Amino acid sequence: MWGQGIIKGLRVTARNFFGSYFHKSRLVTVEYPEQKRPTPENNRNFPFLVYDGDDPEKGLRCVACKICEKECPPQCIYIVPEKDERGRPRKHPHLFDIDISVCMSCQICVEVCPFDAIKMDQEYELSRSNRFEGLLLHKRDLAKPNAYYRQIHPTEASLVDAELEQARQQQAAKEKPAAGATAGPGQPPQ
Amino acid sequence: MQTILAVTDPEFWIVNLGAWLTGWFEPAWRPWIQALLQAAALVGGFATLFAVTTILERKGLGRIQNRPGPNRVGPFGLLQPAADGIKMLTKEDIVPARADKIVHFLAPIVMLAPVTLAFAVIPYGREMTPMPLDAGLLFFFAVGAGSELAAFMAGWSSRNKYSLLGAIRAIAQMISFELPLVLSTVAVVMMAGSLSLVEIARRQAEYVSFVPQWHILTPWGLAGFLTFFTAALAESNRSPFDLPEGESEIIGGFMTEYSGFKYAIFFMAEYFGMFAVSSLAVVLFLGAWSAPLPGLQFIPSYVWFGIKLMGLLFVFIWLRGTLPRLRADQLMSFCWKLLLPMALINIGVAAGWHYSRDWSFPAAWGCRWFLGLAGVGLPFMGLAWGLRRRRGWGPRVYRYAE
Amino acid sequence: MQSDFFTLVCWGVMAAAAIAMMMRRPVHAVLVFVVSLVGLAVIYLQLRAEFVAFAQILISVGAVAILVVFTLLLTRNGGAEAELKRTAGSAIVGLAMAGLVMGCIGICVLASSAVETSGAVTPATVRQIGEALMTQYILPLEVLGLLLTAALMGAVILAMDPARRHNERKP
Repeated sequence: MWGQGIIKGLRVTARNFFGSYFHKSRLVTVEYPEQKRPTPENNRNFPFLVYDGDDPEKGLRCVACKICEKECPPQCIYIVPEKDERGRPRKHPHLFDIDISVCMSCQICVEVCPFDAIKMDQEYELSRSNRFEGLLLHKRDLAKPNAYYRQIHPTEASLVDAELEQARQQQAAKEKPAAGATAGPGQPPQ
Repeated sequence: MQTILAVTDPEFWIVNLGAWLTGWFEPAWRPWIQALLQAAALVGGFATLFAVTTILERKGLGRIQNRPGPNRVGPFGLLQPAADGIKMLTKEDIVPARADKIVHFLAPIVMLAPVTLAFAVIPYGREMTPMPLDAGLLFFFAVGAGSELAAFMAGWSSRNKYSLLGAIRAIAQMISFELPLVLSTVAVVMMAGSLSLVEIARRQAEYVSFVPQWHILTPWGLAGFLTFFTAALAESNRSPFDLPEGESEIIGGFMTEYSGFKYAIFFMAEYFGMFAVSSLAVVLFLGAWSAPLPGLQFIPSYVWFGIKLMGLLFVFIWLRGTLPRLRADQLMSFCWKLLLPMALINIGVAAGWHYSRDWSFPAAWGCRWFLGLAGVGLPFMGLAWGLRRRRGWGPRVYRYAE
Repeated sequence: MQSDFFTLVCWGVMAAAAIAMMMRRPVHAVLVFVVSLVGLAVIYLQLRAEFVAFAQILISVGAVAILVVFTLLLTRNGGAEAELKRTAGSAIVGLAMAGLVMGCIGICVLASSAVETSGAVTPATVRQIGEALMTQYILPLEVLGLLLTAALMGAVILAMDPARRHNERKP
């Protein structure tokens, strides 16, 4: 009532002002783009395609099943599967385009993919000079290695890798008795 | 200002430089050349100060708000005013199609010219007053009235009902706060016995046993300074009284329809108004160009003036970063119900201080101070207590236009 | 050169007043009239009457012009579209009235004893004005204060809440 609230407020701001020169922790902003805040693990922006190994074409997990294209709510994914010499579809996409000006980052494509081929990326510095062709990402832009996936989503990637490893071992165990039936007695099926 | 000073005087260089430059011309031309030089020095000096204040304000507000402020342009962001100036100059000058072209064009000029005139009567140093007038203080307030007319011209000529609203609020605020502003200086004039700012400054330059005779070091001077400073905040439309230009309320108030260089002139006029009232506060209450201690008089007098002026500008920026904006009715009731009575009571306390100056019994100084502080503090507390919001929340009443 | 400047300023004041009367929009007329008032202040300054000159600017520009402008704003739908109707007859009548009034005032001024033909004028310092106000002209000062207080009270009553005013009218 007698101005003591104003005096208290002035003291707080004075402490902020002079303290910001001595204790850098008072400056709570980061000077982008030299400094960037680390994003949390569950942060997501737009999708990307995962490939195992070193070759983006051969190691691509995507088999062009087109489930993500059908489930995408704004229909931003466009897939054309590869055809072999006789016109039959191969299990590899010829074209895989995502229009990130349309994508709404809902992650439904990730949830429905049976092959863990498409996952969410965290990249946000995506400004382009052309808003039509510039924001249409093709297969070569979207394909990123599994090592990158482990880097940005560690827990998720290790879960996916464990599942894939288990599936591979089951596959190998199923094939072994078939191979062992011709060679000799094998282990009992798991 | 044509006196030639001795080398030992700290103001030697500036005053003699002026005299040397005017000596190049014939005697008939000398007054004009002198006026031209003074005008150039004033406008140049205060325009530079304007540029410096913009960057200081942005950095200062930033640090208060836990962020660094602009630091991209130049070292520590110090060339930011240059970038701002280039931006303002190269922006397109948009005039609304329905606007009154002549009045719209003249409003920024009428806003800037009186405020720049007001700088002429202020004593910046011992012999450094551009225009030592007998009624200098009255001149200052007279030319301050021009900026209110300019606010109206700007708001009305834009043919925009929100600009008009902003102009009405701005003028109402400016004319209301002129009263406490002028009345709080009446006590100073009373005690100094003259309307001349040079005389007021000279009287504060004396020392009584190492204590400077500044007016702020008296109870009526302290209360007068606080009243004057608060009214000055409102006169120059600064936070927390910046309703006329509140960005979140009415975009720009009367300045909405101005862009580019005209907006820069309004901005400059507002800052010049800030400098003018700060300079006046320094002259009236803080002892103008006198040093705090007799031993520090080797530092030139204009440097002391500059230090005090920068201190007041820092307080302006500090208050802007701290206080929220006042609403129009809160602003008005603050002016008429608190500041105006305090200014009037301050005149009485000053008279009491004057008539008790011959007291010489042992505790006289303490007694005078106690009575002075009581004379100012008790009414303040009474007013503050009496003006609390006592309106209870009753059922809503609708009044329709008849 | 002094009298040349004085003649110039006088012509300027009269021209500004004439242009103000010829303006179509009331707000423009007020703004040009302000120029004429400032011209008057310049004449006072030439007579070395600093206090009167600055008081003239403070009151005329800072109070009277603002008051007129506010009145225009609040009553004539923003003062924007109000154009005064003028005919040829109105110009003649206006000039005749102006001539009549100026003639009367001129005769009164020239025949009064206030006009002295000696050229020297002693500038009145603020101290002399203050002392005269407090000793010789104390009664007009107090009467003016009373008048202003009455005006202030009237303004407050006009601006008061109608509900409160109604409540106060009840005994």
